[in-house]
Amino acid sequence: MSVLHYWRALWGIVGRELWRFVTQRERFISALVRPLVWLFVFAAGFRAALGLAISPPYETYILYEVYITPGLIGMIQLFNGMQSSLSMVYDREMGSMRILMVCPLPRWFLLLSKLLAGTGVSVLQVYVFLGIAWFYDIHAPWQGYLWVLPALVLSGLMLGALGLLLSSFIKQLENFAGVMNFVIFPMFFMSTALYPLWKMKESSAFLASLAHYNPFSQAVELIRFALYAQYNPYAFIYTLVAFLVFMAAAIVGYNPSKGMMMKKGGA
Amino acid sequence: MTKKILSYGLWALLLASTAQAETVFVTLEKDNALAVVDPIAGKLTATVPVGQRPRGIAISPDNKLLYIATSDDNTIRIIDTNTLKEVGKLPSGDDPETFALNPAGDRLYVSNEDDSRVTVIDIAKKKAIKEIKVGVEPEGITVSPDNQWLASASETTNMVHWIDTKTNTIVDNTLVDPRPRAMSFTADSQQLWVTSEMAGTLMILDVKTRQIIKTIKLEVQGVTSDKVQPVGVVIDSKRGKGYVALGPANRVAVINAQTFAVENVLLVGQRVWNLAFSPDQKRLYTTNGISNDISIIDLDSATVTKSLGVGTYPWGVAVKP
Repeated sequence: MSVLHYWRALWGIVGRELWRFVTQRERFISALVRPLVWLFVFAAGFRAALGLAISPPYETYILYEVYITPGLIGMIQLFNGMQSSLSMVYDREMGSMRILMVCPLPRWFLLLSKLLAGTGVSVLQVYVFLGIAWFYDIHAPWQGYLWVLPALVLSGLMLGALGLLLSSFIKQLENFAGVMNFVIFPMFFMSTALYPLWKMKESSAFLASLAHYNPFSQAVELIRFALYAQYNPYAFIYTLVAFLVFMAAAIVGYNPSKGMMMKKGGA
Repeated sequence: MTKKILSYGLWALLLASTAQAETVFVTLEKDNALAVVDPIAGKLTATVPVGQRPRGIAISPDNKLLYIATSDDNTIRIIDTNTLKEVGKLPSGDDPETFALNPAGDRLYVSNEDDSRVTVIDIAKKKAIKEIKVGVEPEGITVSPDNQWLASASETTNMVHWIDTKTNTIVDNTLVDPRPRAMSFTADSQQLWVTSEMAGTLMILDVKTRQIIKTIKLEVQGVTSDKVQPVGVVIDSKRGKGYVALGPANRVAVINAQTFAVENVLLVGQRVWNLAFSPDQKRLYTTNGISNDISIIDLDSATVTKSLGVGTYPWGVAVKP
């Protein structure tokens, strides 16, 4: 198998995903509307809620909308990760998955290509969101806009791998809605996306520790620090390890002879 | 040769850095101390005890001496800005809080809140040379840059008293909004800016007519108006922009000094009271009483770059180039 084969497969999958994204204008808009509603409506009500203690990477007091921005970036990637795995279930139902899976390349490579495709789409969405936020007076140092790119790739891969893992458990499209509710919402609310850990500790130490060990929190913190041109090694390693674990589990899950495919009677 | 270049380079670097380095002094009301801050490095470099309840602070025109009102000691202490040691005391009258230094640096005017008086001190002789009866609870006090006027605001009488610095007598009074707190003259001595803590306003007074020419209601989106309690006010030397500390609203208002439009409100620490410019007027330092820190504002970009913990109840601020 030559490198060309790999390249062709990768480009085929990424290109298909990007094309699907670009042509589905509703999907693009709805992916942006969700975080923007949170930013313009939800955050507006909490403008005065923060500003009590300064926690890194911030060096001064910030408005709530500034705090919530990295959390909303995480939200974009979380939804995107789930959505691209939703498309896996769809592909499986429609039969196009079969074509992909019989391709003579290693399964892990195909799945990774699928992940990269989804991550690429989410990175595009994030930059458009950051552009709109700029006009809403949410500014980060210019270096931050560069440093956030690798952070976005890693967090996108991690959340995508989680979605992939979940999709390996799901047999039918209808079941996916339940998983969305049981995964997306707890993950989003029990994280540092909306409130900092110190604020959660004030009301519940248990909730704070749940949020701390939530991989989504660490992805958000990785993005938050990177956006201010700072490196958070703990969040980086946590996110990386979470990605490897989810990815490995998803590869096993998609293995027809061992994984969940077997139990479900194959794709 | 390389060595020579290197050493010259080092010297140049050293000179450049010393030329840039300015020192910010902050009085800490509860810690009975003076905080010394290097704002470029963003570090608290020292904390020195100065006496009981230090509040008002000013620096001499030659930047060699600091005057600090230690309210519970009923005196104004003179501190050497290099050694940070006390070199003298001034008789301030009871409970000094705010005071003003004249541009020449030879007279100091103290508001004696409890006695409704302003005490005039001859700094060279370290003697009170006159007590001027003013309205009830005098607080804000300032001298015009042309040294013609001493303005004193009394919080309960709601008046600005115009005192002729030559005769030390009140020439005129202007009724202003309730609880006037702080005042500042523009560099050209043509306007006096006065803040009203209770009305939440900034009033611009014309010095020639001594009348209010503009009243600006200060508001912060998302903050109730009772929390907008303007205190400290400073205006840049070009009369381009003025800045008002909004107390428990935790914001500093940026005001266009030509159009009097409020251009921006910047989030700083809690209960911001007093303000001071850096010598080049590119930065503004704020004392935030409840959050125990100072905020550093970059004025070109109108952003708060850092808030730095300094000690308990930071009150006044003075900057040495």
